[in-house]
Amino acid sequence: MSQRGVIVGKPYERLSREQVEIINRTSLDLLENPGILCYHEESVTMLEKAGAKVKATREGEHDAWWVSIPEKVVRQALDTAPSKVTLGARNPENKVVMDAEESRVHFGSGSETNYWLEIEPETFSSKKDGREQVFPVMKKSRGNLSFLSRSAHLANNLENLDFFIRNVNVQDEDITTDNKDVNVFFASLNNITKPVVGGIADFNQLEQVVGMAEIIAGGRDELVNNPVTSFITSVIKSPLQVVAETAEKLIAIARMGLPVVISTSPQGGSTAPIDELGMVAQVNAEALTGIVINQLANPGAPVIYGAVPVRARMDDLHDMYGVPEFCHYNMACAQMARYYKVPCYSTAGVGDAKVPGVQAAVEKMFTYTAVPFAAPDLVHYAFGLLDKTQTFSPEQAVLDNHQIGMVKFLHRESGVTTEAADKTRKVVEEVMNSPYRMYARYARKMLRKGGIFEGFPFEGEADDQDQTLLKLHERFKQLEEEKPQHLPEDVCKSIFEKTPGLLPRLNPYAN
Amino acid sequence: MKDELIERIVENVLQGRRNKEDEGIEEDYAGEPGVAELVQEALDSGIDTNTILLKGLSAGMEQVGQKYETGEYFIPDMLTAAEAVEAGMKVMEPHLAGEGASEGKGKVIMATVEKDLHDIGKNLVSIMLKGAGFNVVDLGIDVPAARIVEAAEEEKADLVGLSALLNTTMVNMEDVIKELENKGLRDKIKVIIGGAPTSDDFADEIGADAYGKDAFAAIRAAEQLLSGGKK
Ligand code: B12
Repeated sequence: MSQRGVIVGKPYERLSREQVEIINRTSLDLLENPGILCYHEESVTMLEKAGAKVKATREGEHDAWWVSIPEKVVRQALDTAPSKVTLGARNPENKVVMDAEESRVHFGSGSETNYWLEIEPETFSSKKDGREQVFPVMKKSRGNLSFLSRSAHLANNLENLDFFIRNVNVQDEDITTDNKDVNVFFASLNNITKPVVGGIADFNQLEQVVGMAEIIAGGRDELVNNPVTSFITSVIKSPLQVVAETAEKLIAIARMGLPVVISTSPQGGSTAPIDELGMVAQVNAEALTGIVINQLANPGAPVIYGAVPVRARMDDLHDMYGVPEFCHYNMACAQMARYYKVPCYSTAGVGDAKVPGVQAAVEKMFTYTAVPFAAPDLVHYAFGLLDKTQTFSPEQAVLDNHQIGMVKFLHRESGVTTEAADKTRKVVEEVMNSPYRMYARYARKMLRKGGIFEGFPFEGEADDQDQTLLKLHERFKQLEEEKPQHLPEDVCKSIFEKTPGLLPRLNPYAN
Repeated sequence: MKDELIERIVENVLQGRRNKEDEGIEEDYAGEPGVAELVQEALDSGIDTNTILLKGLSAGMEQVGQKYETGEYFIPDMLTAAEAVEAGMKVMEPHLAGEGASEGKGKVIMATVEKDLHDIGKNLVSIMLKGAGFNVVDLGIDVPAARIVEAAEEEKADLVGLSALLNTTMVNMEDVIKELENKGLRDKIKVIIGGAPTSDDFADEIGADAYGKDAFAAIRAAEQLLSGGKK
């Protein structure tokens, strides 16, 4: 059984039972009236067959349907949706086992950023007295396959990262929409032995990506048992609209029996109400819509309630992550998913800050400390993500790994038991009767059992400079030296033979 | 047989086991002989005290020190091991007297000066000095200068170690030095000081022989000052 993630003993319930029911009621009412606006004909047909009321309309150039989903259709979907879903992994020990009735929290990366921001230490001399000092200089580059591979390799070596969502968008010259998916999935799977979760850009490549995963898992049934890759579909365009192309992918994935996250990301203040009730009622209705379509396509298919509610920034209407409302929204969604007994995909740890530093640390620490208290099964966006998801910084990811280690430690059990109390009485008595009355001997015992947190490993030596970023850079460079855990040669060979569009330069065994 | 016994002493120093009651780091040690019992066994089987001290206790402590330097061990490991060494030394004491080496590396009086109650750092220094093979008499906290000097005289100490954590009490260190001078003991007894508000400069100012920023510095200073052996 997988031991990844951390159990949150008593999930924090921000909402009372009554308030959860108010939100549930409101979401169900919204699904009936005004209902959803669906652009995908097959989904409409399924919904209508299940009992929804449908009215055709035109939205600009597109056919669309107003669909009023009655409560019983939602109930039916929630009945068939499993409460246990497993994200598979190349190394089965790294599987992420989710159970909506448990409260195990897992942390992961994501999502595709345009930029890779790396630290380059540089020596400067003071204009005042010529004194030389090393400072971290930031170098920003456009994302590409090489950065993606490096980030997957790094993620494999961050012990607190439980699942991988690719965090760098690839903008290589030889990448087009026709070969992007196969290459990004290969670059990910070839560098990490933990669960890979990702979106598909081009429906036509879904089969090929799944084919690749089958070769890795050892067959179609094996893949369903150990889905080394799972998917994310942003099937909803907030407010309450179902996108045709993504619905198509969602249905196809459901029919393959592979896990899929229904991800909906409304922005409070623009595409959703900004108040907590309004936001959560809408995002909840949207997630439920995705679950309904998924379950209609294949009842019992593994599905994950994915809500990524964000608040708008008031001065420019960009997303804003490091604020208390963000935590409110996400904690409430985790509670809603638990109420429905469907595993939950949540968010924490995005820095609004453009670069690693004080602002990023404050924002990140705030959200990835708070949100996990509500015990969502998955917390994505938690590693290296800056500039409101525009930038990935590997050094920041190394720091996040440490901070998330603290969060995981925070949720350790207290160890208060009757037997332990007997031991405590004995220890205190012993110490009181010893010459120096010191507990160091007993601390040592805990220390050796891994019971004592390591402290801050990136502390500098200087009295007049914060050297954390320089230390993080050193650590990142060390981790980059770790041996890559590529796919075996025969597996690579088979994948390259059977997958059109894969770039030969990604093959680690090509000479 | 002899080698094996010495090895077990080293092992138990690393485990920090004073005697058979102690658990050690791993669970399954309880009931097995600890350093005290093993040293007794070694003495009974005719191993000389010098071998037990150098190849057993000190060698163990040295390994612990190395592990600390590489980051594998931490202060609790050092303290626990030092306590185990101390337990072994206690068993050795009566046997050492006959061999004219009763004070090990030298006799040290430790104290926190008058009006000061802080003793965590001072205890750490005391335990570590013991672990390093010094014979330490610890007078405790809030000890008047006169009492410290009296004890130093009675115990024929080679070194006095003074601790102070308050900038209002650190001045009392100077009283100890003056008192030693008054009694004509200053040239026979070295003085080291420590504690957060003190410093090298302060040591110079009051005429102490050395300042130690931590327990390791304390051991180094003590070893340096007392090198050349016992007078
Ligand atoms: C714990 C503590 C206490 C505890 C002491 C418990 C105990 N069993 O010792 C209690 C609560 C009792 C206490 C009381 C007080 N405390 Co107090 N206390 C501290 C504290 C937080 C930690 C000291 C400590 O144990 N450090 C850990 C040990 C391992 O370090 P260390 O003592 O420095 O020892 C190391 C080295 O200095 C060196 N060393 C020490 N001694 C020696 C000796 C030799 C010979 C050598 C070579 C080396 C050496 O080696 C040690 C190991 O590395 C300090 C803050 C601080 N940062 O120091 C304040 C501090 C020392 N306390 C302070 C104060 C003000 C007080 C009180 C006056 C508070 C009050 N208003 O009541 C009282 C005074 C009581 C008294 N008369 O002494 C101030 C002193 C300010 C000043 N500069 O004068 C401090 C600095 C806190 C602060 N910033 O305000 N305190």
